[in-house]
Amino acid sequence: MKADNIIEVRDLKVHFPITEGLLRRQVGILPAVDGVSFDILRGETFSLVGESGCGKSTTALSVLKMQPVTSGTITFNNEDITHHSASQMRPIRRKVQMVYQDPYGSLNPRMKVGSIIGEPLRVHGMAGDKEKYNARIRELMQVVGLMTDMADRYPHEFSGGQRQRICIARAIALDPELIICDEAVSALDVSIQAQVINLLMDLQERLGLTYLFIAHDLSVVRHISNRVAVMYLGRIVEIADRDTLFSQPKHPYTQALLSAVPEADPELEASRQEPLIIGEVPSVRNPPSGCRFHPRCSQSLERCKTQVPMHQTSGSTVLACHLYD
Amino acid sequence: MMDPLLSISNLSVNFKTERGNVQALDGVSLEVNEGETLAIVGESGSGKSVTALSVLGLLGDSGGVSGGDIEFAGESLVNASDEHRREIRGNQIAMIFQEPMSSLNPVLTIGKQVAEPIWQHRNKSWKDAICEAGKLLELVSIPDAQERLGDYPHQFSGGMRQRVMIAMALACQPKLIIADEPTTALDVTVQAQILSLLKNLTTELNSSLVIITHDLGVVARYANRVAVMYGGRIVETASAAELYRNPQHPYTVGLMNSIPTLHGKPGARLNTIIGQPPDLSNLPSGCSFHPRCPFAKPQCMQSKPKLEEIFPNHFRACFGYEG
Ligand SMILES: Nc1ncnc2c1ncn2[C@@H]1O[C@H](COP(=O)(O)OP(=O)(O)O)[C@@H](O)[C@H]1O
Ligand SMILES: Nc1ncnc2c1ncn2[C@@H]1O[C@H](COP(=O)(O)OP(=O)(O)O)[C@@H](O)[C@H]1O
Ligand SMILES: [Mg+2]
Ligand SMILES: [Mg+2]
Repeated sequence: MKADNIIEVRDLKVHFPITEGLLRRQVGILPAVDGVSFDILRGETFSLVGESGCGKSTTALSVLKMQPVTSGTITFNNEDITHHSASQMRPIRRKVQMVYQDPYGSLNPRMKVGSIIGEPLRVHGMAGDKEKYNARIRELMQVVGLMTDMADRYPHEFSGGQRQRICIARAIALDPELIICDEAVSALDVSIQAQVINLLMDLQERLGLTYLFIAHDLSVVRHISNRVAVMYLGRIVEIADRDTLFSQPKHPYTQALLSAVPEADPELEASRQEPLIIGEVPSVRNPPSGCRFHPRCSQSLERCKTQVPMHQTSGSTVLACHLYD
Repeated sequence: MMDPLLSISNLSVNFKTERGNVQALDGVSLEVNEGETLAIVGESGSGKSVTALSVLGLLGDSGGVSGGDIEFAGESLVNASDEHRREIRGNQIAMIFQEPMSSLNPVLTIGKQVAEPIWQHRNKSWKDAICEAGKLLELVSIPDAQERLGDYPHQFSGGMRQRVMIAMALACQPKLIIADEPTTALDVTVQAQILSLLKNLTTELNSSLVIITHDLGVVARYANRVAVMYGGRIVETASAAELYRNPQHPYTVGLMNSIPTLHGKPGARLNTIIGQPPDLSNLPSGCSFHPRCPFAKPQCMQSKPKLEEIFPNHFRACFGYEG
């Protein structure tokens, strides 16, 4: 493993059984993640983008071993964790935390906010004495911009943006190295979203955090990321650093995705071409042969229908497309 | 100039709730001209959906209009009989909701659901209505439309269901279509296709389109004119080009500055609007934006600014921020 890398994922496959009937007889497999490889550099924000159902959350959950892995390897800080048991994962889970889209769904409505934030400390036996524990909770609340006298309130008394701050405070309680943000800002209103994005970026700088950031809003992804991986139907089609990906997208799917994003500027919009993409993502249950994007691709070649494009690496860019063979 | 197709003046709407009275709309004034696409933008809870629902007379038992008027093609809707309002709703105004599943009947085939309003409002035989339904589904680009008339809603993807909703909305060739966050639940590639379809079809019919959204990109791509809502009021309206070039309400300015874009400077700190949106059961005095406004002065806490024309066809409700 390269010293700069915090995570290496190689040829990851997560296949779910498709079952039918009362006896749950298996009638097929659903290749939700099908040969995904990437590295995350320590201290960077690495984003996964792509349409819903392309396997972003499944990939993230496998990194935490919250999802059975079908094949491939996952290495965290030089340690192969692919086959780790739950107890072997415990020390790892301290270093990798997760923040989800729905801050309400992931907060226990009957627990006070202070003890929600302190929960990881108690679970991992790091609460210490009462005074130290309370001081740490106050410190965490301050760091994420919550008033410390709100520790005795319940989640429903907070707004959506504040609840996301509670989740972030809980995620940083154990001084993690990596935080997985799965659509963490997607449900927030524009003005609140900006506050939470700023908070995430501040915390990264202060605490030296690494982010695996999952979002479908490409403007947000461009703002926050160092490098971006684009997924389509369980596979990565392109990885590039932020500026390259947004100014010179190479894969036709990346190009199509970017052309579909409306820009908040009527003058720019008037001079833009029509979105390049047609139709909808086909079902992963029966993925298209060859390059999975070929039925929607405006530039597809004969061999795209039959041959799976190889991942070609040059510098920090990875591309899987026959147009560049 | 022609009279507007829809004219909302000084509309107030209240809901009775367990927590007391919620003033969802507080003197909303808004016009929609024939053939134009108007976007209503604002954050959640600002009153966008309630504005649309009051036009359709769908406020439910707990809600009611407590002041102001809504005129459609010169006729008051607030004072109209229920029956007349239903007639207008079926024939001349159509609505498309965010979640098509909740407006589609799960146990009826798609063909029957699209044919129903044609049969009811357009005086056609059932056979002709089904035939027309097939054509409409083709028009909204449902692949193999004729074969899919017998399918049920759950057999369609989210994007396809929203296409069906558009087909149903167009069935009676309405003069006004109101689409409330029609693509918020959809992927961006599908969103682009659905909104282009909606825009092109309404242009062909010369219908007016109101798009309700929180996405300033959607507004820029599809709208001719924009109304910005905050705390149950319209705080600014202008043509889309004018609003983005020359925003005049501090809330609009704050909103524009807080969004990351595909062309802005990445990684920089985003400007934010401090604080939280208001609680409508307990609105701040005066201008409801004043607690979050960097330019608030004493007057803003005492009285409510009216919507005034500060440039030709550019209105704002603010006591004095100089943009
Ligand atoms: N536990 C599961 N069992 C079966 N299928 C699943 C499970 N989790 C996810 N999937 C399927 O795997 C695919 C990828 O899902 P997901 O990773 O959630 O996508 P994304 O996060 O990109 O929207 C989808 O088709 C989804 O329905
Ligand atoms: N049926 C209802 N009962 C009580 N309050 C309601 C009802 N419908 C809407 N409201 C309130 O009216 C306000 C505006 O809501 P709405 O128009 O749905 O906002 P949005 O701009 O997000 O569409 C909100 O504060 C909401 O809580
Ligand atoms: Mg997901
Ligand atoms: Mg709404």
